[in-house]
Amino acid sequence: MTNLVDIPKVNAKNMTEKEFFYGHKACAGCGGSIAVRLALKVLGERTYTALPAGCMSAVGFIYPQMAFNTNAIITTFPGSASMASGIAVGAKALGQKDVKTVVFAGDGGTADIGFQALSGMIDRNDDVLYICYDNEAYMNTGIQKSGLTPYGTKTTTTPAGDNIPGTITHKKNLFEIIAAHDIAYAATASIGYPQDFLNKVNKAKHIKGATFIHVYASCPTGWGTPTETSVEIAKDAVDCGLIFLAEFEDGEYKLNRNPKQFAPVQDYLKKQGRFKHMSDADMQCVIDNRDKKWSRMRKHWL
Amino acid sequence: MKSNKIFISGDEAVAQGVRLSRPHVVAAYPITPQTITVERLAEMAESGEMEGEYMHVESEHSAISATMGASSVGARTFTASSSQGLLYMAEGLHYCSGGRWPVVMMNANRSVALPWSIYGDQRDSLSLLDCGWIQVYVEDAQEALDMIIQAYKIAEHKDVLTPMMVNLDGFILTHTYELVDIPEQEMVDKFLPAFQTPNKMSFEEPKNLGFSSKPDDNTEFKYQQNEAMFNSIQVLKDVDQEFADTFGRKYDGMVEEYRCEDAEVVLVALGSVCGTIRVVVDKMRAEGKKVGLLKIRYMRPFPEAEVKDLAKRVNAIGVVDKDISFGYEGTVYTNVNSAISKIDKYVYKSNFVGGLGGRDITKDEIEEMFNKLFSGVENKSEEKVEFFSLNVESND
Ligand SMILES: Cc1ncc(C[n+]2csc(CCOP(=O)(O)OP(=O)(O)O)c2C)c(N)n1
Ligand code: SF4
Repeated sequence: MTNLVDIPKVNAKNMTEKEFFYGHKACAGCGGSIAVRLALKVLGERTYTALPAGCMSAVGFIYPQMAFNTNAIITTFPGSASMASGIAVGAKALGQKDVKTVVFAGDGGTADIGFQALSGMIDRNDDVLYICYDNEAYMNTGIQKSGLTPYGTKTTTTPAGDNIPGTITHKKNLFEIIAAHDIAYAATASIGYPQDFLNKVNKAKHIKGATFIHVYASCPTGWGTPTETSVEIAKDAVDCGLIFLAEFEDGEYKLNRNPKQFAPVQDYLKKQGRFKHMSDADMQCVIDNRDKKWSRMRKHWL
Repeated sequence: MKSNKIFISGDEAVAQGVRLSRPHVVAAYPITPQTITVERLAEMAESGEMEGEYMHVESEHSAISATMGASSVGARTFTASSSQGLLYMAEGLHYCSGGRWPVVMMNANRSVALPWSIYGDQRDSLSLLDCGWIQVYVEDAQEALDMIIQAYKIAEHKDVLTPMMVNLDGFILTHTYELVDIPEQEMVDKFLPAFQTPNKMSFEEPKNLGFSSKPDDNTEFKYQQNEAMFNSIQVLKDVDQEFADTFGRKYDGMVEEYRCEDAEVVLVALGSVCGTIRVVVDKMRAEGKKVGLLKIRYMRPFPEAEVKDLAKRVNAIGVVDKDISFGYEGTVYTNVNSAISKIDKYVYKSNFVGGLGGRDITKDEIEEMFNKLFSGVENKSEEKVEFFSLNVESND
């Protein structure tokens, strides 16, 4: 395996100024497009990018305006991982060296419809970095619930009313499900902590085989937040403990941040239109779930 | 010519054809009665006989997605499926033809559920006639092997760039052992050079593929796709001729006529049942009855010219359909009838639907079909669609 200590670091100073994702039609303040842009700066020109149906493909490839300056392809919605596998294996069979294949898929394309293919890709250990940008709903089809939509969220398929308080399931435990495949490297990240995200992409870039990054990526349109607060809100999510920064490497979990005290969850929720309707009891349910999760992580991952 | 004949099943013949075509990537998911093909390819990958990468995909959807991915970087690819698996791929089949990736697939024709059945009919591929793939139906194991090699040459032709499905009747062809001539690798290499395509992502010339299009230009893309399908008509004939020049076997392109020169009535069919029909034709010819067979090899592109030409020469045409488009008629019949309607002549037409879920179509039944065609002509009957050898009362 690659010795991860020797990998040259990336930061704002030594990163390329070239844009590989330029002129796309994403909404102002789109967190997903920030994730794609940053990751491609780390991955560079010898990258094949595969994206399933979802916002990032919808805003990137509207013929004849193509937003990717490097090779990129829209995959079938359920087949992003398998198509990327095919690209990586095809490149290998053709003798191409120093290439990387990356997937950028939404939470729905990853945790729901595309999950089977993703599991197969990791099982085969194909040379693909799979990045799930998590905006916590199906945004491209108009804000419907996905398996990663958190408890209490109002979406167009989980409307909040007198009888049901929006989404009543908790986020699927994606990171650990991926880790359970014994993948060489998996991580969580947030566009609110860009340097951490860049480091993780950089690490994954240098590993031959399947790797996975789950990056929290705000969506002003779906969340009901001001466009200029996208990065801030993605940071808030980490600071209040609803999103955690962690890695899974060599069979071990690692918590990258373990705050002594969390920022108030209520402040994070109240800033967003999608949670406006939540009662104190619903917020308490979110907090209890967070605390349970953290006590488990602290017990086993530290 | 040096010949190397071995005794193998249709599935194994396909695997041999694939090996000889030197694919870069093979990705397929097992399903009866295609399974042996996948197993043989895995063995060939293990032994090094086949140089390409063998991918253990977890589903048919992933099989077709992976082959498209590999094709999008310029790799030659193969997949195989059948029945439920083919239907599970349906999203990818349309995607693949729209992306103009010349993937080659073997489909073992098998009935689709419900009721569950592993046995053969052609409802799987015929229900996907409109997915933009070239569809060829073979009659025996030799034709299966030869068509895999031809398929790459046709699909990858610059004027075609369209994926191709080679259909074999489940069990009747996939599991029956025959003597099959295995061509020399050197000659196949000469016939089928390495895959070259501009339609790929590359680092010299980066591209964005699989894009969206607005209503302003979507029709133009689909028009081009349709043109490519029509272009394949000449290409597949040329490829067949070149194949004949190289290997000494010829399949006559879109259709094959059997004893049709002076025929009064003919049966039209696809795949293995043609073998049975040939036997009946010979028997009835010996009795002085002017019968013939039109074996349709390609359902897409459809051999319209050939069907029209035949219809001008005969009095009656019967179509044997091992499929049914529920609420209407057999799919092959719909297509044949549409071509016949374009000529200015009365021809008696009849559709015989049967052999579903693997039921044998017997020589007696075929003889009865021919006789029905003769009496249809004599009585100037209306055209007819009927299930044959039915154990339940039909409506009429
Ligand atoms: C097989 C299939 N089913 C449904 C769709 C419709 N569809 C397109 S994008 C999308 C939602 C994407 O959600 P997500 O993966 O979370 O990405 P986001 O839009 O949030 O970026 C859906 C349901 C499709 N394209 N293909
Ligand atoms: S809807 Fe959300 S995820 Fe989609 S482009 Fe707009 S901001 Fe980005």
